[in-house]
Amino acid sequence: MRKSSEPQNEMLKGTLDMMILRTLVGGDAHGHTIAKIIERTSEDLLEVEQGSLYPGLHRLEDRGWVSSYWGASENNRKAKFYRLTAEGRKQLVRETSRWRQMTRAIGLVMGEETQG
Amino acid sequence: MSWRRFFRRGQADADIQREMESYVEEETAENVARGMEPDEARRRARVKLGNAQRVRETAWRQNSMGILESAWGDLRYATRLLRRTPGFTVTAVLVMALGIGATVALFTVVHSVVMKPLPFRNSGRLMDIAETDTHSAMPEHNFVASADFFDWQKQARGFEQMALYGETIYSLSGSAGQLPEQVDAQETSWNLFPTLGVEAVFGRLFTASDDNAEANGTVVITWGLWKRRYSGDPSVVGRTILLNSKPYTVIGVLPAWFAYPNAKAQLWTAVRHEETKTWFTRSHGAHNFQVVGRIAPGVSPAQSQAELSAIQARIRQQFPVGPISDAAVLTPLLESEVGKIKPALYVLFAATGCLLLIACLNIANLLVARAASRRKESAIRTALGGNRWRLIREQVMESLLLSLAGGGLGLVLAWGVVEWLVKVRTDLPRVSSIQLDGAAILFGLGAMTLCGLIAGLVPALSLDDRQMLNTLQDASRSHAGSRDKVRLRRALLTAEVALTMILLTSAGLLLKSYQRLRAVNLGCATHNVLTMKLGLSEARYGTPTERLAFFEQLLDRVRAMPGVEAAGLDTTLPGTGHQRDDAFTLKEAPPPATGTYLGATVRIVDPGFFQTMQIPLIRGRFFQNKERLNNANVAIVTPAFAHKFFPNSDPIGKHVDDGNFDGPHVFEIVGVVGDTRETLAGQMQPTIYYPLYRGSNGFAYLVIRGRGDVEDFALPAQKIIASMDPDLAVGDILTMEQILGKASLDANFNATLLVFFALLSLVLAGVGIFGVLSYLVAQRTQEIGIRMALGAQRDRVLGHVLLDGLKPALIGLMLGLVGSVVAGRLIRSMLYATRPLDPIVFVLVSVVLLTVAGAACMAPAWRASRLDPMQALRTE
Repeated sequence: MRKSSEPQNEMLKGTLDMMILRTLVGGDAHGHTIAKIIERTSEDLLEVEQGSLYPGLHRLEDRGWVSSYWGASENNRKAKFYRLTAEGRKQLVRETSRWRQMTRAIGLVMGEETQG
Repeated sequence: MSWRRFFRRGQADADIQREMESYVEEETAENVARGMEPDEARRRARVKLGNAQRVRETAWRQNSMGILESAWGDLRYATRLLRRTPGFTVTAVLVMALGIGATVALFTVVHSVVMKPLPFRNSGRLMDIAETDTHSAMPEHNFVASADFFDWQKQARGFEQMALYGETIYSLSGSAGQLPEQVDAQETSWNLFPTLGVEAVFGRLFTASDDNAEANGTVVITWGLWKRRYSGDPSVVGRTILLNSKPYTVIGVLPAWFAYPNAKAQLWTAVRHEETKTWFTRSHGAHNFQVVGRIAPGVSPAQSQAELSAIQARIRQQFPVGPISDAAVLTPLLESEVGKIKPALYVLFAATGCLLLIACLNIANLLVARAASRRKESAIRTALGGNRWRLIREQVMESLLLSLAGGGLGLVLAWGVVEWLVKVRTDLPRVSSIQLDGAAILFGLGAMTLCGLIAGLVPALSLDDRQMLNTLQDASRSHAGSRDKVRLRRALLTAEVALTMILLTSAGLLLKSYQRLRAVNLGCATHNVLTMKLGLSEARYGTPTERLAFFEQLLDRVRAMPGVEAAGLDTTLPGTGHQRDDAFTLKEAPPPATGTYLGATVRIVDPGFFQTMQIPLIRGRFFQNKERLNNANVAIVTPAFAHKFFPNSDPIGKHVDDGNFDGPHVFEIVGVVGDTRETLAGQMQPTIYYPLYRGSNGFAYLVIRGRGDVEDFALPAQKIIASMDPDLAVGDILTMEQILGKASLDANFNATLLVFFALLSLVLAGVGIFGVLSYLVAQRTQEIGIRMALGAQRDRVLGHVLLDGLKPALIGLMLGLVGSVVAGRLIRSMLYATRPLDPIVFVLVSVVLLTVAGAACMAPAWRASRLDPMQALRTE
């Protein structure tokens, strides 16, 4: 079921990072919640690959954009929680504005009406 | 990519695993909440998670550093391989250590002596200035006459500064129980140190006010003398010491690194204070000094040379008679210091380079053999999808590891060699600056890497994908499969033999020329002769009578010593180089044409000298004891002198007018004695002897010939001298054999080193041949067995294998011969009485090389011919 996902994944790498950061604005969360939030918010259009999610989280942590700790989940299970750092917040702002510019630019090229 | 993450990959992996577990738990819990059966819920959760292993792998790769990672793997693999064959590894490491060690040691010497700039401020602008004569009546680089120097200093514009210095010797009196000592010294114009840009460590250096006849005596001492004689006591500055029985104030100590113009000079005096006679400022013909100048910014050496030459040409016009030069020659100071030694150092360096290359080829050769024996393994790995790049990398890693290990050992070796060299070759210029520094280590690392790459890439690149599969298809009994490898190994062997041949012939030529040099007939006794240097001080022996009295008494007492057969005095020892020559005129011949002059080597001896040194009388007579003081206007000449100045007449009875002597200076020639050599490699110089008993000279070598060990005469003779004058120091106590050894030290050293390198490479080449052939025989065991089973004679098998091994050796020999002809031409300047194409050396070397090659081939060939066909056929 995930056979053809390789190239798409590569393309989404940067956006996945951005979305993870965006998700964490709402509070600390563990991997499962993060994936679920992204899927729900995108009205299930996006499916988060676990194969990209965990390496992605580790990458973000390594860059100092998120920090992590082991805590108890809503169901009282041990889970690794991620928290947005100050640096991560700044990064999110940068990426969001770049994303906006990009979508606008692509939208212009594709001739779509930009909705006010 | 970060190191922290790299090293904590294991923990990160565990983390991810636990995270994924907790994900499954969460998902399962949610599924159960949706109403699924627990088992189904867990299964769904797992499906959603997907391939957990892949997630882990992705994270692991993300945390890794690709190249480093695989390099680490290769390294471990190579280490394991090397550890499995300790014999091979040790051999290869030792071979590499020798190659790298020798090369780095020689690089250190070449770099420190020839390439590093002199340790003076802006040393590129410093020039050695010599005189010369455009009519070539003079040496190309003659010493400078002091009056010329003063004219240059006054008139030349192209120099910032210009200084004069000259060699001299002092008797340094002892204080507080110290023995007096004869020290080599330099007298200099006060501005030498500012010209070079040198400052005193303690005290001060000369000023203009020290540098004149009326000033108080001042002396600057070198660091070495300060440490040795004054035990490094800074309070020596300001103290008064006695030089030649006259008081001098020590004004300063030179820095430790200062070893200019050579390491011999122990102290410095001011030249105008020392040379008070009128000739010093007046004479344009007394060439006694060296000059160093700092050319002004924006002026080229050529311009400065032209300027000085013009001044010198005017001087010559002014003084058309006598040994007056008409041009000046500028040589960069570094070049003038090390120019002579350069070719020899380069040759030795090149030899070590050859040695290293041979070592490298040998290791390549061994690796090719190993690669061949691992053919199957490589083939299988290739077939299973292992990539070729990886195989090459492994091979190179292995050889790099070998060469790094060998090189590390080699660096230690090089350090030892350099230490040894500095001790042995104190005569090398700039020897004190030789040290194994960062540049040498960097060079060593570079050499190691290069060697590792060469030794690894040669066999690695011979791995060929297309052949890989053939290998697999080959039956295990194949022998044809490795033809290419064998060809490669033969090519490597050929190169080794060729290089060895070049080294051997060069070494042979140098060795022969060293032997020729040692066999040179000096023209005088060289066995059982002891010599020592002594100089009478002006202060205590100011008159000819005083000097004569000392010398006569000394000889009387030395001759009375038991075991002494003869004793004499001479101002120059044969074989120690040129000391003095005088310009003179001949009464019985027309004066020399304007612009030319007559000149000959001058030696001043006592009447008994010729018998002491066993120099034969050819015509006439020796000096007599009664010919002394004012009654000593006689001279003795040599055949070379007679041949040059009296080609068609008898020199005896002719008169020489030598104005360099005070008092009456017309000498009648009364005898002709045999020629002696000033230098081993030089020609017989026209020489004239004057009587020492004239009393005009206070410096002489005492020579003692006797029975038994002549070194035993040293102490009694010194005691006699000390009892006559406790302040008179004796120096350079050497037998004639030692003097000859010193004179040929350079040739000896070069020849010995090169022979050592050549023998080493001969051994390497021999081992290489042996290795290749043994391998070949092992590979062809079955083939040989079949041949024998089919009736091949053992002799033929032997011959066949022998030929197989000797062929690359013969080709290498031929190539080496061609290379040797070139090498012989390159080292021609280092040869003495030996032609670069000396047939004996070439034949001998070829024979030696072939013998070694033959011996190396013999063992495997013999083994092949003794094979038991039945067993051979059974071997796998």
